[in-house]
Amino acid sequence: MLWYTGKRLLQVIPVLLGATFLIYFMVFAMPGDPIAALYGDRPPAPGVIEQIREQYHLNDPLIVQYFYYLAGIFQGDFGVSYSGQPVNEILARTFPVTIRLALLAIFFEMVAGIVIGLVSGLRKGGIFDATGLGASLVIISLPIFVVGFAAQYFLAIQFGWFRPTVSSGAPIQDLILPALVLATVGFAQIVRLTRSSVIETSGLDFVRTASSKGLTRRRVVPVHILRNSLIPVVTYLGTDFGVLLVGATVTEGIFNVPGVGRTLYQAVLRGEGPTVVSFVTIMVLMYLIVNLLIDLLYAVLDPRIRYA
Amino acid sequence: MSTPLLQVNDLEVGFRTQDGVVQAVRGVNFTLERGGSLAIVGESGSGKSTLAHAIINLLPGTGHISGGQVLLDGQDLATASEHEMEQIRGRKIGFVPQDPMSNLNPVWSIGFQVEEAIRANGIASGRKEVRQRAIRVLKEAGLQDADRRLKQFPHQFSGGMRQRVLIGMGLAASPQLLIADEPTSALDVTVQRVILDHLESLTRELGTTLLFITHDLGLAAERAEQLLVMYKGRVVESGPSVEILQHPRHPYTQRLVAAAPSLASRRIQASGSIAAAESSIAAEASTAAGDEIDLIATAEARAEALQAAGTRPPAIIVENLTKVFKIRGAGEFTAVDDVSFQIPKGTTMALVGESGSGKSTVAKMLLKLENATSGKIVIDGNDLSTVSPKELFRLRSQMQPVFQDPYGSLNPLRNIGNTIAEPLTIHKIGTKASRRERVFELLEQVSLPRTLVSRYPNELSGGQRQRIAIARALALKPDIVILDEAVSALDVLVQAQILRLLADLQAELGLTYLFITHDLAVVRVIADNVCVMQNGRIVEAASTDEVFDNPKEQYTRDLLAAIPGANIELGA
Repeated sequence: MLWYTGKRLLQVIPVLLGATFLIYFMVFAMPGDPIAALYGDRPPAPGVIEQIREQYHLNDPLIVQYFYYLAGIFQGDFGVSYSGQPVNEILARTFPVTIRLALLAIFFEMVAGIVIGLVSGLRKGGIFDATGLGASLVIISLPIFVVGFAAQYFLAIQFGWFRPTVSSGAPIQDLILPALVLATVGFAQIVRLTRSSVIETSGLDFVRTASSKGLTRRRVVPVHILRNSLIPVVTYLGTDFGVLLVGATVTEGIFNVPGVGRTLYQAVLRGEGPTVVSFVTIMVLMYLIVNLLIDLLYAVLDPRIRYA
Repeated sequence: MSTPLLQVNDLEVGFRTQDGVVQAVRGVNFTLERGGSLAIVGESGSGKSTLAHAIINLLPGTGHISGGQVLLDGQDLATASEHEMEQIRGRKIGFVPQDPMSNLNPVWSIGFQVEEAIRANGIASGRKEVRQRAIRVLKEAGLQDADRRLKQFPHQFSGGMRQRVLIGMGLAASPQLLIADEPTSALDVTVQRVILDHLESLTRELGTTLLFITHDLGLAAERAEQLLVMYKGRVVESGPSVEILQHPRHPYTQRLVAAAPSLASRRIQASGSIAAAESSIAAEASTAAGDEIDLIATAEARAEALQAAGTRPPAIIVENLTKVFKIRGAGEFTAVDDVSFQIPKGTTMALVGESGSGKSTVAKMLLKLENATSGKIVIDGNDLSTVSPKELFRLRSQMQPVFQDPYGSLNPLRNIGNTIAEPLTIHKIGTKASRRERVFELLEQVSLPRTLVSRYPNELSGGQRQRIAIARALALKPDIVILDEAVSALDVLVQAQILRLLADLQAELGLTYLFITHDLAVVRVIADNVCVMQNGRIVEAASTDEVFDNPKEQYTRDLLAAIPGANIELGA
């Protein structure tokens, strides 16, 4: 297990290098000069531009710039954005907000998804099941920005149950509505996954054997059906985490959440290379670590899996 | 005097499908006295397992009892509430399921699963007491190191061990009735015997009434006083076991008795010692009488044809073959250890042994699906280790495999015609039209209708699929066919059909067979020579008659003794 974890962590290094390299080059391949864009219509003195270009190593070949950047990362310094703010500061301000939002969304989708999926699966073909399936299909089909704007308009503006946008500092109660919106896609997937998994497990021999031992239904369902059905659901969470990060960009835009998504989006618009690459690097790192954790959790849930 | 323990009256079980209700059990009646034992026999699909599940009210899917009564001690289980059934299952009726591989929850430890059964039936409470009880239950079921193994998971147990665990769980609450649904059909014969002996002595000690379900007539007769033969959901014959075996009245039972390899091999032995001529006349008579399958006749026709041909050159020579697998962290494992044998052209050699004895690895190396660590394989004069890829491609067309599982060895997305024609396409033989002709010809050879070409594997029965697999193997007109447990997964009647088909094809086409099996009973019918493997080595090699009449090794004797029904007196 330890050996496996070490091996997986070592694998993170090439993936991370590759990802940063690709993103770095793609950002710099974008058309337009970010420095010129900083100044708008009134161009600054030629010396200033030259000085800025020098400061950001923009006159060096791209590969050299990349190594300057990498060297910085290894010292824990993600560089300075073109607006003069250290990227470290921006990261420290925005990541906690998005992580809070994502955790809340995962919590919502897990609890609601698994409960509804379980009940649907146990009552396959019933009214509850049919309604759940239909509703989840509608939710999966709707793009997240539609759900987001609809939720904002009806739940926040019309009914006044929530604040339509998130206030500064992003307190938990303000994040509930964005988290619900963010959770919808994953929720619908988890309902369907849990449902089909529960149906499959219910038909397996050991479930019948468990009943034949004299166990009550109340025990068979959580211990023998649900526990086994959760294994594919947990696997799904790994991929879902990536979807969640993407969804966060849209959701944060709608609800004005001062998190990673919005900041990253703006940085992309402004062509701020160092900021974009840093954000994406951290996101890739988080994605890799979350998936490693899930693989380890997988071994805990299913004792047949032993990593060597 | 007292009421019988179990009385089933006019029981009907139906499954709701899109086309209405399908009746799986129709009007079944039987009575089981306290302390008695009853075996229900029938092929798969005869409704015997459904009957067992109906008794404990655990029918799968849309199954439901549509009529009749199941009286346990006078209480009707067919109308009992779910709550009442929970009280009865485990406590009054113990259940030992069919397949030890799928009947234990893979994510919980063995200890957990036994303990939960004990707790659910209120036999013990408190952590320590439950644990002690679990250890005792498992020890009684024959798991000697139970205390050490409680924390282990099902996948760390062998099939036999798991079956012991399941028997332990079934008997945990000392129920009055134990239903054992094919408790050993997934196990090796020797393990099977040990488990059944144990089950028998346990139930006798506890005074448990036994309801035993099996497809093996020999096994049923050996283990139960009463027999109930089921066919298509109905009981066709019932009565004392020995009587049914000796004087089967219903035509279906007669066919079952004739087709059971365990009984047939026993009778071949008997007939050999009496007058061979007499029995062969009888055999001819029985084949002439109709399309009845008589394995004895098949076996004798084979032997005669072979003797007439005299000695033959070897088709396969295997010398000092060894296969070593490297296991990470555990060093090396020698799966095949210094194995040598020869198979003369046009004959059948059986490679016999329990699972894990290395027989399938030998087959894989012969097909060069696995490379030998050392040793030599010569096929038709070509040394496999030095053969060029091009030569190998050609050799493979002469040497075709048929695998054990007819469900897994056919691609579900290809129709039968394409499946059979695939080897021809790969080896670029003939035109599209001639391939189609060949497919029809092959279907005829394996006695299947032409209309099957456009069907898909999931629309066929197990026996039909195995015929398709054989047809595919024959497509290239090979000289050698390697049959890896090719009939082990089939019902007796189907098994008998396939064995006869194989024998006919051999006589017709002069095929050489390597027949891999764990079932010695089948060997007697089909093979000329036998190699017995144990732990990767060949422990005994001789002609089939010699092995059966005069086994030299203790291991071979154990295997022979394990053939069910071997010690039943038959009126042969």
